[in-house]
Amino acid sequence: MYHLNFGYVWTHFDKLSWGLLLSLELAFVSILIGMAIGLSLALAYTSGGKLVRGAVAGYVEFIRNVPLLLLVYLVFYGVPSVGGFAYDSTTSFIITLSVYAGAYMVEVFRAGLAAVPKGLTDAGKAIGLTAWQRVVSVRLPTMFRIVLPSLSNAYVSLFKDTSLASVIAVPELTYGAQWIKTNSFRVIETWAVVTPMYLVTGYALLFVLQRLERRFAIH
Amino acid sequence: MLFAIQSLPFLWQGLLVTLHISVLIVFFALIAGTILGIGIVYGPGWLYWPIRLYSDFFRGIPLLVLIFFMYYGLPVFKVNLNNFAAVVLALTAFKTAHVIEVVRGAIQSIPKGQTEAAKSIGLTFGQRLLHVIVPQALRRFLPPWINAVVDTVKGSALVSLVGIVDLMLAIQQVIGRTYRPMPLYVLGAIMYFVINYTLSLASRRLEARFAYIRE
Amino acid sequence: MSQPSALSPVVRVRGLKKSFGPNRVLDGIDLEVRKGEVVVVIGPSGSGKTTLLRCINLLESYDEGSVQVDGVEVGFREGPGGARHRRGDRELSKIRADIGMVFQLFNLFPHLTAQENVMLGLRKVRGLPAAEARQVAARWLTRVGLGDKLDSLPSQLSGGQQQRVGIARAVAMEPKVLLLDEITSALDPELVGEVLNVVQELARDGMTMIVVTHEMTFARDVATRIVFMDGGRIQVEGTPREVLAKTDHDRLKAFLARIEMKRH
Repeated sequence: MYHLNFGYVWTHFDKLSWGLLLSLELAFVSILIGMAIGLSLALAYTSGGKLVRGAVAGYVEFIRNVPLLLLVYLVFYGVPSVGGFAYDSTTSFIITLSVYAGAYMVEVFRAGLAAVPKGLTDAGKAIGLTAWQRVVSVRLPTMFRIVLPSLSNAYVSLFKDTSLASVIAVPELTYGAQWIKTNSFRVIETWAVVTPMYLVTGYALLFVLQRLERRFAIH
Repeated sequence: MLFAIQSLPFLWQGLLVTLHISVLIVFFALIAGTILGIGIVYGPGWLYWPIRLYSDFFRGIPLLVLIFFMYYGLPVFKVNLNNFAAVVLALTAFKTAHVIEVVRGAIQSIPKGQTEAAKSIGLTFGQRLLHVIVPQALRRFLPPWINAVVDTVKGSALVSLVGIVDLMLAIQQVIGRTYRPMPLYVLGAIMYFVINYTLSLASRRLEARFAYIRE
Repeated sequence: MSQPSALSPVVRVRGLKKSFGPNRVLDGIDLEVRKGEVVVVIGPSGSGKTTLLRCINLLESYDEGSVQVDGVEVGFREGPGGARHRRGDRELSKIRADIGMVFQLFNLFPHLTAQENVMLGLRKVRGLPAAEARQVAARWLTRVGLGDKLDSLPSQLSGGQQQRVGIARAVAMEPKVLLLDEITSALDPELVGEVLNVVQELARDGMTMIVVTHEMTFARDVATRIVFMDGGRIQVEGTPREVLAKTDHDRLKAFLARIEMKRH
């Protein structure tokens, strides 16, 4: 009979707690950069010519159809081998996840921009705002409130995707779990602790973000 | 780049494994997910929470965590599956949760008035499902489901981390021999891209075909 | 089961009570509808008019009271010792086949053409072979003025046309009673007339109907009887003349005044 022994897990719980924190940070930084990428590309797409649209579409399609794992390796191992420079695993992963997030954000923002009722832009014209002012003061704020639900879902999704950072030894939550498991052979206990950590964090995030949504979002 | 081309047969073997795994998972997850999805919508009240919890659980944890747990953890429970079966089980359990949500969304997005109209002309439950609900649900089901298929192919790359020689691991192994990572990653990316992009295109074509049914 | 006769009513509602949670929506309804009658139900929103209709074909279950269509209790089966058992889906389907309903939001099946919409019930419930169902459907669609739209999808039809298909779909089943639930409320004003004309024709041909509507002119011209509901109860009942000219019922007067104001 297998006897449950959580001792090792609790002794090294700091690997899990700090790992969880790192996971949240990785996701947060990546979604911020991803949003910046996504927004600029979405704006470029809506106002750009065929070439621009093709390039943006190419980027989006490529990222969305290739496994994240492959992208992680490509950035961490592949790029330095042709670029000659090296970076640490955390930086590499943030770059990868940001580029990954960016592709999804382009779609989110494109749909969001399209969903802004044209009446608002017309109203902006009617009170004499310039095109740039209309974008900044009317379309973007409205668009953000429309896409809030998508953003919340994206953040939680990216949070789960940070588990892939473990394959290049970034000390986030999954890596911490692997470390404990490998050194203690306590598989069940490890996953019994880590699984709820992901579950609870994920759903708590969703809950909090949805409360925020309710205050700001337009449905 | 010559050696990259030379490694193609080896990569091809890996690709076959990837496709094999993907097809298995898509197949099992479709069946299980559809049954459970219909169960949660039309089944007796006591079915709701078990299925709901299942779906929320498997969608709430990272796939990698699940694969590791099944791979390392099952033997502890004296369940001795080989590598392959273990990962297929993990991935299927994972994908089933997504299919449940797609099926649920497809059925529940049909306006209630449709069921009422079908009832009002005297159709039985089975007839309503067959002639009114399923035709409309199918159109809402296919695009997100094909998306899930693409996700399955992408997710299958994780089996490389537990020793299954799929396309991803094949790429790694060739790199291990040749020390030229970039060309191989690019080649591998192209191979994944071709599969998944084709699926996405098929999905978009389907969406366009059914667009004439404006609600 | 009692045999229908010229004397017994097609629809008989006795002491009908229905609550949604704490809300008592129907508070004891008594109503009889005889063959060939057109009963128009009017009243403010929330008065329970639609719920009443939906209890008749069991789209809503009812808690107390009795609803009989052609002598058959719609919602319950007689058990041993007089106990009531709620009917299952199969039994309800058979009963509903003889009760037609036309909906405010049309509820046409979007993946079927107009003709196929009408044919579905004929084939699957009445068991007609495809060719015959097609002819019957074509006949009814022509009667409602859509003979040239047989192969159109609902998305290709205007609101008024869709509603006429809805009427054809219900009537092709040759129901014992036709329930019409605010069928013009969702239509653009200029399309209302074509739909009401169809209903008027059906009435002339002897279809038994219960109509919930806000169209007072229609009520006045087509109804054999008007029923005014408020607060889950029937407040006033009588011929159109009697009801519309009634001056001593405050709530009715207020309601009619509001309706008149909306029209002008």
